[in-house]
Amino acid sequence: MTAMAEGSAPRSAVAHLAPDLPDRPGGAVRLREVAFPAQVELRLDDEDATAFGPRAGQFLCCGMPAPGHAAGAGDPYVLWLGPGWYLAVDRPGSAYGLLAGLRDALGADCGGMCGSAVDVSAARTVLELSGPSARAVLAHGCLLDLHPRTFGPGRCAQTVLAQAQVVLHQTGAADYRLLVRTSYADHLVRWLLDAMTEYV
Amino acid sequence: MLLIPCPWCGDRDEVEFHYGGQAHVAYPSDPDALDDAAWADYVFMRDNPKGWFRERWTHTAGCRRWFNVVRHTVTYEIAGSYRPGDVPPKVAS
Repeated sequence: MTAMAEGSAPRSAVAHLAPDLPDRPGGAVRLREVAFPAQVELRLDDEDATAFGPRAGQFLCCGMPAPGHAAGAGDPYVLWLGPGWYLAVDRPGSAYGLLAGLRDALGADCGGMCGSAVDVSAARTVLELSGPSARAVLAHGCLLDLHPRTFGPGRCAQTVLAQAQVVLHQTGAADYRLLVRTSYADHLVRWLLDAMTEYV
Repeated sequence: MLLIPCPWCGDRDEVEFHYGGQAHVAYPSDPDALDDAAWADYVFMRDNPKGWFRERWTHTAGCRRWFNVVRHTVTYEIAGSYRPGDVPPKVAS
């Protein structure tokens, strides 16, 4: 083993744009990246979900989310992506423990595992968009109706934002989380910065 | 632009979906018995009605599930969607 070469430290998907991100406390809209979150994708069929869903939810300490919703206020949190399809997200560096715990919850500790749990930490990065104008910024390119009568805190949805596939998670009255594939993150952040210019 | 009701995610914009053609085209029960013309009929030939049409869609940018939609090919009105195996919504024919 040679020592890690200088400059080989991990670089997040939009680290090069970090100086441009408006993150002024009290600003009309703020954007920041939460780099390198641990992410594990869970797939369960109906039978597995009944038997092992509660165990997985217990391990994650937040239960499993209902369709169209997210569970968990801090770390970890779980997003509903589709029927029997969940994404568990935790602090950076915890992917190994998260994966091992979820595999055990799905029955790996008893010798046979139901469903699947896969580490997808490198797939997406997390952007946090917040502030009174956050919803207006999203409305520039999001096809979902984000009005409080149809969408609110605790809801999540997979959709398209500025032609990029994202998981949109509303965490507070004016706080949104965007999980975007790392290869689209540069495009999405540049688009968001452009959409924000009139609000910042 | 169509507003398509995904049975799992609710009403979503058309750009989130991909079209899958006519629904309920069953795989031949005895494929060995088919001659070329019958195969061509199964593979290529589809109904093209002027009116209500049962068709398949997949929610590519959302839950990624396949489902069926009953759509009017003239007015683009959508009578409803249903999961595979479910009963299609009734429409006046």
